[in-house]
Amino acid sequence: MKTETENNTAGPGMARRSFLRYAGIGAASIGLVATAASCHKDHPVTPPSAGIDVGAGDTGILNFAYALEQLEAAFYIQVIATPYSGMSPAELTALTSIRDHEILHRNFFKAALGTSAIPALTVDFSSINFTSRASVLAQAKAFEDTGVMAYDGAGYLLQNPTYLTLAGKIVSVEARHAALIRDLITPGSFVGSDVVDSNGLNNSLTIAQVLPIANTYLKTKVSAASYNYKAS
Amino acid sequence: MNLFKIIEEIEKVDPEFNERVSPRRDAIKNITSFGSKVAVAALPFAVATIFKKAYGASSTPTSVNDVLNFALTLEYLESYFYNQGAASSGLIPAADATLYFNQVQADENEHVAFLKSVLGSAAIASPSFDLTAKGTFPNVLSNYTTFLAVANAFEDTGVRAYKGQAVNLLGNQVVLTAALSIHAVEARHASAIRSLRASYGANITPWITGSASVSNDTGIAAINANYGAGAAGYPAENNVMQGGVDVTTLASAYGSTTPYNVACEAFDEPLDMTTVVNIVTPFFA
Repeated sequence: MKTETENNTAGPGMARRSFLRYAGIGAASIGLVATAASCHKDHPVTPPSAGIDVGAGDTGILNFAYALEQLEAAFYIQVIATPYSGMSPAELTALTSIRDHEILHRNFFKAALGTSAIPALTVDFSSINFTSRASVLAQAKAFEDTGVMAYDGAGYLLQNPTYLTLAGKIVSVEARHAALIRDLITPGSFVGSDVVDSNGLNNSLTIAQVLPIANTYLKTKVSAASYNYKAS
Repeated sequence: MNLFKIIEEIEKVDPEFNERVSPRRDAIKNITSFGSKVAVAALPFAVATIFKKAYGASSTPTSVNDVLNFALTLEYLESYFYNQGAASSGLIPAADATLYFNQVQADENEHVAFLKSVLGSAAIASPSFDLTAKGTFPNVLSNYTTFLAVANAFEDTGVRAYKGQAVNLLGNQVVLTAALSIHAVEARHASAIRSLRASYGANITPWITGSASVSNDTGIAAINANYGAGAAGYPAENNVMQGGVDVTTLASAYGSTTPYNVACEAFDEPLDMTTVVNIVTPFFA
């Protein structure tokens, strides 16, 4: 038992040491991005806002992912706690599995980030009608598609190969979710032209494009100053 | 892909990108300015052109071309498989063709065209294929159950293959983002084909599940290798160690630990190039 506990803490501990090793690189790229942003008309300098910033470097990217996974986990926990009317047994099974995957993604990032993790976020799902199948599935589709585009768009920013591979391990599962949810809404829409372009490539989004969407569902607003986004 | 954002980001972090794209320092600005006026439909061509300018010909890092040609080989196989399937009269039910396979076939052919356009003269030619895998799947083009099973294996393996190459494109905004974008589409295909198999009675989920002793959840022993371990550092699909953490020890909706099957499902595993090549080699004529 003692050994198990030690093994359990060794992983996150190692991850924290890795973060420290990469902190220097992260800090260097902040300077670069900030300089470029300040002389670009599309990125006016805005004052620091209340709320949470994901941070810089690989830690910032992983915290960005952690924020999205917190949002998704909270959403599916609510979906299963208060099932919409007419949820079929197959839908209940599938949505329960997706809930379980998202909870594990959330808890994994929390463990891996250790003391570098952003705090637990407070969600605001007041715009979602959890009693309506159409409302819930449309929201699930939006979360899953956005999640895929977010991971794909942020992947190149990761400097540690281990973290890049981990992000890859998760994004394909999000894509599997997205395909299933889309086909529950409209059979045959798993690679709809709204998410896959004419080259057969999934669309991707920048952090600055994703966080405003995520913040719509968060009481605690999340910023990523190092990646050109500050919540207003 | 958001081309303008990509160029903007590259300008910030990679001063040499300009030089690779064009000897003229302001070339990238011209492209951006031109691009902002063209229709969205023209973007894929523009992206491919930039790929070629940035990474084509003599300045191409060998490793990037190797990765792209490896991907192209897999896409050749997949596109040939779906093209042959579509051409096999009576194989794919009309409803499934309309809802699923026409789209998958189109995507795979687009992946081939895209990768060829990116590689230009460096693109390898398509090998000849034997979809029976030397007799392992003798009725692959006449029995729909077999066809679905092989499609399932190809898509899941494609996901593993692209995932395994991500580290070789580390930090490469244009190529890595494109590879991740294809990777996500292959995962969408895998999910839909798995659901389709389930609709015909197969005991299978859209995601790869498993147990401590089972890494291949498809029920087809002939494709065990597609779900097994590869080279060192590339565990089987039933791996639960992620970033040094045994994720079954993390909390879940069921208590202080996570069920093994959930731990398998929540993370797809990458596969190294050599193992993938060994898996698909029987399909080469």
